[in-house]
Amino acid sequence: MSGNVADSAISPTSPTQTIPADLSGQMLELDEDDDLEVFSKDTTNTDGGSFNASMQTSPGSMINQYKFDEEDEEQEPGAKDIFITVDDPESHVTTIETFITYRVLTKTTRGEFDSSEYEVRRRYQDFLWLRGRLEEAHPTLIVHPLPEKFVMKGMVERFNDDFIETRRRALHRFLDRVADHPILSCNEDFRVFLSAQAWELTSHKKQGPGFLTRMGETVRAVAASVRGVKNRPEEFNSIQEYVEAFSQKMTSLDRITQRITKEEKEYLEELKEYAPTYTLWSGSEEELAEPLKGMANSLDRCYQETEEQGRQLSDCLAPALHEYVLCSETLKAVLRRRDNIQAELEAKNEALATKRADRDALKEEIDKMEDRVEWANNALKGDWGRWQRSMRSDLKEAFLSTAQKNVDYYEKCLAVWESFLLSMRAEVSEVDQRAGDS
Amino acid sequence: MADAEREDAAETDTPNASDTQEKNTNITMAEDGSTLLKRMEITVAEAEKRTGKKAVNMQETYTVYLLETRPSAAVNEGQSVAPDALWRRYSEFELLRNYLLVTYPFIVVPPLPEKRAEFVWHKLSADNMDPDFVERRRVGLENFLLRVASHPVMSSDGIFYHFLTQERGWKEVVYETGFQAKAESRLRALNATFRVKNPDKRFMEMKHYSDELQSITSQLLRARARVADRLYGVYKVHGNYGRVFSEWSAIEKEMGDGLQSAGHHMDAYAASIDDILEEEEHYADQIKEYLFFSEALRAVCRKHELSQYELETESLDLASKKQQRDELATGTMRTFSFKGMTTKLFGQETADQREARLKLLEEQIVEGEETVREKTTECEEHVCSGWVDIQRFKEQKDRDLREAFINYAFMQMSMCRKGIQMWTNAKECFSKM
Repeated sequence: MSGNVADSAISPTSPTQTIPADLSGQMLELDEDDDLEVFSKDTTNTDGGSFNASMQTSPGSMINQYKFDEEDEEQEPGAKDIFITVDDPESHVTTIETFITYRVLTKTTRGEFDSSEYEVRRRYQDFLWLRGRLEEAHPTLIVHPLPEKFVMKGMVERFNDDFIETRRRALHRFLDRVADHPILSCNEDFRVFLSAQAWELTSHKKQGPGFLTRMGETVRAVAASVRGVKNRPEEFNSIQEYVEAFSQKMTSLDRITQRITKEEKEYLEELKEYAPTYTLWSGSEEELAEPLKGMANSLDRCYQETEEQGRQLSDCLAPALHEYVLCSETLKAVLRRRDNIQAELEAKNEALATKRADRDALKEEIDKMEDRVEWANNALKGDWGRWQRSMRSDLKEAFLSTAQKNVDYYEKCLAVWESFLLSMRAEVSEVDQRAGDS
Repeated sequence: MADAEREDAAETDTPNASDTQEKNTNITMAEDGSTLLKRMEITVAEAEKRTGKKAVNMQETYTVYLLETRPSAAVNEGQSVAPDALWRRYSEFELLRNYLLVTYPFIVVPPLPEKRAEFVWHKLSADNMDPDFVERRRVGLENFLLRVASHPVMSSDGIFYHFLTQERGWKEVVYETGFQAKAESRLRALNATFRVKNPDKRFMEMKHYSDELQSITSQLLRARARVADRLYGVYKVHGNYGRVFSEWSAIEKEMGDGLQSAGHHMDAYAASIDDILEEEEHYADQIKEYLFFSEALRAVCRKHELSQYELETESLDLASKKQQRDELATGTMRTFSFKGMTTKLFGQETADQREARLKLLEEQIVEGEETVREKTTECEEHVCSGWVDIQRFKEQKDRDLREAFINYAFMQMSMCRKGIQMWTNAKECFSKM
């Protein structure tokens, strides 16, 4: 099972990948930013143990569950039986640390829950724990990523409002995705996370596979990842290729979006200096005073509209793209874990070929492993289709709302200048009237 | 009246009629009355590069502008008359303007387009040979000529007429007027410091205003250039979306087409800023013209100060001489005079000497009175015609700048419409994802 050790063996995403300047030299180069963010890897508590002791059901029955139909779209809204909100961030200060908790509110009709409503407070660590457990239990399912632990970008503080809000939304999305997932949402740890009081959760966390079990599994995982997989099925090769390319594209888009936000901020700064020059000028003029004030006023209003448009970009599009950068990492990890499972099987098969004694025991093990491999493959295949559909839907939504916001922005600015023109015309007729009167 | 002038002028301009229509709206409305512009069409039609010898064995490249003139009457009657044409360099325009400045010190002489590109932002070239710069200069030169030709006083100037109609020998004619000598003293006077006791308050206010105008328009132009620079950046980065969408679409099945076409719209969006900002340069040029106008306005006010100062100086001088004469006539010595001192030291002068001095003083007084009369007239005339032209200038400025702001609003609206269209198109593509 791929644990932290295996993860660190893989090279991190290359945020330093230079995007070449292009297109008749007129595009700005996205050269490496000095204050390039360092995305922290999602340090999930993925302990060893591909086969969690808490797995109750037999592999055989699980295989069928994982065969999703192509037409199996998202559950219909009517079928949704669990609703989760994440809100109300609160700061807690202790002698050791300061941290934020969020209120997690659950409303559900599911049988496994004793009650129909739960309100608990959770901190980021708790989310990390949950995700780790989910990945442990289902190594080849695609578990939605969590927002990063921290972002080292210039002056972003851990506890500034924007950061907390962005994180809150991402945590909410995470829980929503888990709740939507037909298999993950049935996970016991998930139920506990949603329903247990703080002390209950703490004691529950302490359970789970012991240290030695985890160690053994980690060793096996390392061994497997070192030898690599020999005969990866073709479909996983193509998924791998896709994920590589997709990851690059998402990283690029994320950076481009951030760059746009940066450029817009600088534009706003200059606009802030520009508009007042008209106001200043109006003080020296008589006939021109009103038109000049009108200009200043119009520029001010455009400034406000631009600010708002910028917020859409950073509140909506940027987080969506960033999430899919993180998703790419998740996908890569999932593929690795699947490979490792297969590698273990291959190792056992080789052992069978060479060993004389204990052949029966070995064969039994191999049978179990073959089931495991098939089960893992099917899990991944099923979830892959699901993931693709939700990726498409998410990103389409993000781009659509961005485009819409831009249309709205330009329409509002258009109205600003139209009203300026109207006021100019009104002034002309006023002047004419005055001239006629005198 | 004014509209007809403008339309006529637009006819002979570069082929793209709507283009020049736009440019001509930047130009002042023609004045009424019997100005040159009523009788003659003037255009600066083209620009060309030339190389020639500057000094010994030194080549220089410069630009010449084609100046075309046509009698309006002919055009109005529908005759297709070939225009008279000649080539002029920027330096010749400068010479003309310097002549006008010296010859008409009470007129706010229109400025020339800038000698070197200033208030430049990132993509804008500071190179004088840059075609965009040359083009904007061409427009500015034409604007200058039209303003002079429509001025009630300057339009009837012979040198100006020569400039428009006679290529060779014009320079000699200008120099023959001897204006250069006056030009130097004018410059010196403009920069000199002196204290005027009783300047016309209105001119002082105008001078103050011209300083404000200069300061505020520079500030505005600087800020605008920076805003343009930033806006350029915002648009251009979007071009990267185009490239990445295109690459991304290659690995997607259902999303591919939507992404690909959205990418094209992103490219178009990024490209659209070039035209938008080029158009905005025309607005900047309009403001720039008034930045430079403020200098001309200031010069008229300074000229008044100078005239007034000279008058005051002459008056003082005259008063002092009169007092000297009075004292000499009555024998009292109130004013200090060298003669008086020497008399005290070396003895009384003779009656003859005194008589001689008195006579000299009387002559000087007569001269002085004449000078004061002349100076007073000059000053009054300057105040009178200067104020008239300042009023004219003020009204022209208010009109022109109003129009400039309206044009600016139209430009912004056009930019918004383009943005709406692009993003609506992009939205459609995204919905097909």
